Amino acid sequence: MKAKIYVTLKQSVLDPQGKTVQRALEQMNYKNVDSVRIGRFLEVELNCDDEAKAAAQIEEMSKKLFVNPNIEQFRYELEK
Amino acid sequence: MKIGIVVFPGSNCDYDCLTSFSRLAKENGLTAEVGYVWHKESNPGTFDAYVLPGGFSYGDYLRCGAIARFSPIMEEVTAHAKKGRPVIGICNGFQILCESGLLPGALYMNRDLNFICEHVYLRTERNDTIFTSLCKSKEVLNIPIAHGEGNYYADDETLKKLEDEDLVAFRYCTGDGLVTPEVNPNGSRNNIAGIFNKERTILGMMPHPERAAEPGLGSSDGQKIIVSLLKNIAK
Repeated sequence: MKAKIYVTLKQSVLDPQGKTVQRALEQMNYKNVDSVRIGRFLEVELNCDDEAKAAAQIEEMSKKLFVNPNIEQFRYELEK
Repeated sequence: MKIGIVVFPGSNCDYDCLTSFSRLAKENGLTAEVGYVWHKESNPGTFDAYVLPGGFSYGDYLRCGAIARFSPIMEEVTAHAKKGRPVIGICNGFQILCESGLLPGALYMNRDLNFICEHVYLRTERNDTIFTSLCKSKEVLNIPIAHGEGNYYADDETLKKLEDEDLVAFRYCTGDGLVTPEVNPNGSRNNIAGIFNKERTILGMMPHPERAAEPGLGSSDGQKIIVSLLKNIAK
């Protein structure tokens, strides 16, 4: 099973990279960009066919290692 | 006394810490055995203090300090810290202390996205700790920073707790000790450059006292922190 995990800074945390990209877009004349947030993307292949087990494992890995809960949030998708 | 300088793959201030701590101990008439402790060590014996030096442990992969906190030595450092024994984390060491939960909050990319390597002024927020006892009240120290990810963040509740309990160790300030947004190099909340744990036995700081530990380095203000710690351990 493959997990796709998306890690982003929490909304309350300023994202300096996102801001810089947003300013670049404004300079490129895209006038309707309200916000850009940049994050991290992980693909984890698990040797596991049980979706509930895989989900529990990905949640645990995310909380322990992939994400710093002080500044980041995450979501994930599972694919067979 | 025994001081352990923890070496992770990618640490690069370990030698600076080793030489400054051992030289300053000698100059102050203190007998100190200062040595390296490899990160894979899980039973290194007892130390009076651990130093987590600066650098780029594990290439800063994932997040600064995120992987280093799972090194075997960190279990030992955590057990040592929980007994109330001193730990100082400098730069990457501070990041590792936050990642491991020994200090609150987190360090992330600098506000302006630049790697900043320059001397800054720090206001010593309190001088009644084992790390700052040789500083005068609110003394301004000239110590360099060198980091890309030193932007200290803590949520409102954590920040209030740090302020209410006087756990901020150092703030970025002007040469006169004024804490202003203009002298905040990296966007850290409340200009925070370093913090203590509740018991003030753990110090995490982004600036490098070991790089300002002799006059030839442009400043010797960092000595005050290192010698404070050494003298307090020797007591």
